[in-house]
Amino acid sequence: MKCELCQELEATIHLTQVVDGAVQKVHLCEGCAAKSGFDVHGPMSITDILLGLGGQESAKSAPKAVKSRERSCPRCHLRRADFKKTGRLGCPSCYEAFEDELEPLLRAMHRGDQHRGKVPANEQERVRATAEVEALQAQLAEAVREERYEDAARLRDAIQTTRQTAASQQETP
Amino acid sequence: MNLHDLVNRPTAWLPGAGEGGGIVVSSRIRLARNLKDTAFPGWAGEDECAHIWRRLVPTLREAPALEKPLQVDMGDCSALDRHILFERHLISRELAERKAGGGLFLRGDEGLSVMVNEEDHLRLQALRPDLDLSGAWREVNQLDGELERDLDFAFSPQLGYLTACPTNVGTGLRASVMLHVPGLVLVKEMTAVVKGMAKIGLAVRGLWGEGSEASGHLFQVSNQMTLGEAEAEIIGNLEQIVTEIVEHEQNARWRLFEQNEAYLRDRVGRAIGLLTHAHVLNSKEALDLLSDLRLGIDMNMVEQWNHQVVNQLLLQTQPGHLQKQQGRRLKPGERDVARADMVREQLRQSKEKRSGNSDE
Repeated sequence: MKCELCQELEATIHLTQVVDGAVQKVHLCEGCAAKSGFDVHGPMSITDILLGLGGQESAKSAPKAVKSRERSCPRCHLRRADFKKTGRLGCPSCYEAFEDELEPLLRAMHRGDQHRGKVPANEQERVRATAEVEALQAQLAEAVREERYEDAARLRDAIQTTRQTAASQQETP
Repeated sequence: MNLHDLVNRPTAWLPGAGEGGGIVVSSRIRLARNLKDTAFPGWAGEDECAHIWRRLVPTLREAPALEKPLQVDMGDCSALDRHILFERHLISRELAERKAGGGLFLRGDEGLSVMVNEEDHLRLQALRPDLDLSGAWREVNQLDGELERDLDFAFSPQLGYLTACPTNVGTGLRASVMLHVPGLVLVKEMTAVVKGMAKIGLAVRGLWGEGSEASGHLFQVSNQMTLGEAEAEIIGNLEQIVTEIVEHEQNARWRLFEQNEAYLRDRVGRAIGLLTHAHVLNSKEALDLLSDLRLGIDMNMVEQWNHQVVNQLLLQTQPGHLQKQQGRRLKPGERDVARADMVREQLRQSKEKRSGNSDE
């Protein structure tokens, strides 16, 4: 079998990846594999490369990598290593648990990092409240910078009220 | 309706009638949705998946948009029926390999369906002939609205709908269009198109097989990014790019015709010769020949047949459909003979019917 990239040399590296639930196989020669960033000698999966969770990070800051490798989702107990292996998260709470490592990943994968599409009817209040809190926080920061402390106190209270209202509505739909 | 009724009819994406015959074969919108506070199917245990399935069944059965759907529980689904559903693009390979605790809800016309406990708890899908992503979006969006009245979906104000794979987070929307582009393949421009699409964040995959050598010259173009754009933007972008690919394909066909008409006619003529006389046809050969015949019909080189019979054969020559019709498992060698028999017979019948009509 010929290498899929150069179409010349014999493919000796055979990688399997899961994209959208479909298994795809990639066949490369050693040179092209190395050029494409695959560590042909190390035990690394193609998901590591695609998800950017590969060797670079651990080389860059070993202590941090060790720390985050141990991290797991408090709700479903998925470990970082499980995510690395499958490229899939365990439950919706994983997005919070692995926020730090997901953020750069999402930015690389997508057009932006803020959802701009449809919002379920029962979430519209929360989305509105989140946006309001963000706007108030910006105003608060500005008030503090300009040493308008009365305004700052008022804004701080407004943020708290908005948060509380949103939380109570969340509990009693 | 049951699964046996499906086998002999056209699908939502390969329509039987004259519509959808051109370069754009069909349009599809898929939405990924998950239940709040519940592990995704791939991480949930068997018991939890069964629990999720039981939770979702009543809601899906009663969803008005699904019009009293056909319910397929993967636990009770034979290997051959799974194969049929997979060939009809109603379930993914992942769901086809699943045991109990997952399944499919299918509207009678196959245009709207929901996969349960595939990669996500719910995968809503609308399929339409021709280029009609907006129509597919309307249908799937309505169903989504009906379901959210009964179900709390996992959602974050910043990240949108939360999905098992971060590649789907945000809108959870994958829009895809199936294109028949023999012209671009023959003028050797498809590889460039595939590369160009990748640069602007679209994925191009062969429907059957990889790269520009995809059997049947059928390709699927879809968005890869789901976060940061609204649904209408994603759909609008894809629709615009597809319109451009269609123009390229038309140009490629006319270039072929003007520069080498004899070559093109020869190709179509050979395809007809083989399809109507061969006694052994493997799957790939059948797809490639049917693609050439389809091209001949598009270019007014063929009068005896229309898109309807070609589309029907593209589906019926698939191994699952072939075996279901024969009513038994066939070995690969037997399949090739059965496939050739069916192609000859259907082309003969269709030709007689057409010449009969034109005499009237």
